[in-house]
Amino acid sequence: MSRIAAITKKARQEGNKLLIPYLVAGDPGLPETVRLMRALVANGADIIELGIPFSDPASDGPVIQRGVERSLARGTTLIDGLEVVREFRQTDQTTPIVLMGYLNPIEIMGYEVFIQKAIEVGVDGVLVVDMPPSESAVLHGQLQTAGIDTIYLVSPTTNACRAVSIAGHSSGYLYYVSLKGVTGAALTDYESVRKNIEELRKLTDLPIVIGFGIKDGESARAMAELSDGVVIGSALVAEVAELADSEGISDEQISSSIAVIKNARNAINTIG
Amino acid sequence: MSEVKAMAFEGPDDSGHFGPYGGIFVGETLIAAVAELEKVYKELSGNKEFWCEFDKELKHYVGRPSPLYFAERLTNYCGGAQIYLKREDLNHTGAHKVNNTIGQALLAKHMDKTRIIAETGAGQHGVASATVAARLGLECHVYMGAEDIVRQAPNVYRMKLLGANVVSVDSGSRTLKDAMNEALRDWATNVDDTYYIIGTVAGPHPYPQLVRDFQCVIGREAREQSFEQIGRLPEALVACVGGGSNAIGLFHPFLKDKNVSMYGVEAGGHGLDTTEHAAPLNAGIPGVLHGNRTYLMTDDSGQIMETHSISAGLDYPGVGPEHAWLKDIDRVKYVAATDSEALAAFHKLTHLEGIIPALESSHAVAYGMQLAADMDCSQCIIINLSGRGDKDIETVAKLEEIDL
Repeated sequence: MSRIAAITKKARQEGNKLLIPYLVAGDPGLPETVRLMRALVANGADIIELGIPFSDPASDGPVIQRGVERSLARGTTLIDGLEVVREFRQTDQTTPIVLMGYLNPIEIMGYEVFIQKAIEVGVDGVLVVDMPPSESAVLHGQLQTAGIDTIYLVSPTTNACRAVSIAGHSSGYLYYVSLKGVTGAALTDYESVRKNIEELRKLTDLPIVIGFGIKDGESARAMAELSDGVVIGSALVAEVAELADSEGISDEQISSSIAVIKNARNAINTIG
Repeated sequence: MSEVKAMAFEGPDDSGHFGPYGGIFVGETLIAAVAELEKVYKELSGNKEFWCEFDKELKHYVGRPSPLYFAERLTNYCGGAQIYLKREDLNHTGAHKVNNTIGQALLAKHMDKTRIIAETGAGQHGVASATVAARLGLECHVYMGAEDIVRQAPNVYRMKLLGANVVSVDSGSRTLKDAMNEALRDWATNVDDTYYIIGTVAGPHPYPQLVRDFQCVIGREAREQSFEQIGRLPEALVACVGGGSNAIGLFHPFLKDKNVSMYGVEAGGHGLDTTEHAAPLNAGIPGVLHGNRTYLMTDDSGQIMETHSISAGLDYPGVGPEHAWLKDIDRVKYVAATDSEALAAFHKLTHLEGIIPALESSHAVAYGMQLAADMDCSQCIIINLSGRGDKDIETVAKLEEIDL
């Protein structure tokens, strides 16, 4: 059983909700990313989505765009992102890592080289934002052979027929995009999310996590109640941004820059 | 050319690919919108009335057909093949871009969309979009890189006069590619009421196909005009290629005419031996950007590189997927003209013919002049004069240190 399957199964059995923070690899620097990941796990993160920076993040809002720009200004590459996972795995063999990003860096590296390296460093899942199932046959097939989960998005504009097909292609979990828009946009319409998740539940048994627009304990709790867990990206990247100009970042600074995750964990844990 | 190759011009296939290129590489939120557009376009493009409406707009509003003009003095200067210019610069709004925006505005109308968005580099597509939006009474937002807003101030003002909201894009390299990212973000956010008019033959399927189909009026006219004025087909066609919409519009109706050679001229910037150019077909590799797989200017780690061209309209790191395919199957030859070659051609055409070309089109003129010089005077070439250069006179004056 993959690390993702193991953790989602355990969460369901115990009635826990998954907390999945998203970080941009290399923001503010590569060693800091590893330290942040460890701090996140210590504070209740179940899975980590590690963003691979891309120069043209067309699905991301301004907060993550700036995180990506900070990372790219330091020259972060896909290889660096994979090395972050290797470093993280030195001390953590259990927390699943999902690489999240855009297709071009993987295309240019070459699918085979990428997957070989991903297996080697201990990647568990891959989510390519701009690669729908219809374009992913080759990469998906190779990931499957390698035992790496391929995670796809379902959005409010996805019709039922397509949702079934996407769920059929997905392994690990299904990522439900809470709103029409980009990462970090304002999530206000909880009711439509509830309805859509209810519909989605009828179509698949895969764990469903909700992302986009979850920015604090309250929204995390509300969304986790409806689903198997939540992804928090922009709100965390905004806190990490405060570290950008610091020299010699202390453990206290690392700890205070993940406050949104601590709050989210506490809020989610109050779900009865 | 073999039968197999003739089939190669029938693209895209049902899934929107030209060989390995094209496709639909967008976030899930936009998949439904792209699918809806594909469905509507499939219906309308099979409908004679739709094309009648399109032709009528082009005739009465754009002023088509555009002339095929024999450039006699330029021909004599080059001393080789007879040079004909396809005068897209005479269209309403001053470039070929309006052919496409008229077509897409009709689609938007059929789809009951009330809000139009567009990206723009040089501002020509932004102006053409703002123009059709004004005419149809639609709300219009044009995304433009902060860098380009400075370079193309007159067009920014034109868009504002036309009632469009010009949104300055400050992310990334602050040019056309970033404007396109921002337009895609807007589209995902306002997907229910918004129609995204992409300005070139790139983006996710069906854009490369439908933009091509609308621009093919250029080549259809040029082909007919060739028979009328020359009595036969020309030996060669020349057009500049940024995203490649004017080039595909001219080339496509001639693809099966195996004796017609075709040359797409990319922006050579400071030279292909430098990194400062915008010539992905000459110096790039295949990758994925803005919804499609195509040749890109990308570094070893898959980041899109900043490009350079004297002309904002060619300053783009990708190119339409059909061009990528036509390059691979060797139907079109892709070459480049440098900034200084384009600038020299800009002056030459202005002096000899009294036609001020856009800096984009000047790249085609530069290569076309070289090509003609190497050909026989019994032969003919058509250069696509995709736009007029009024918008560029400040840029040229500045480069030549002239204070207006």
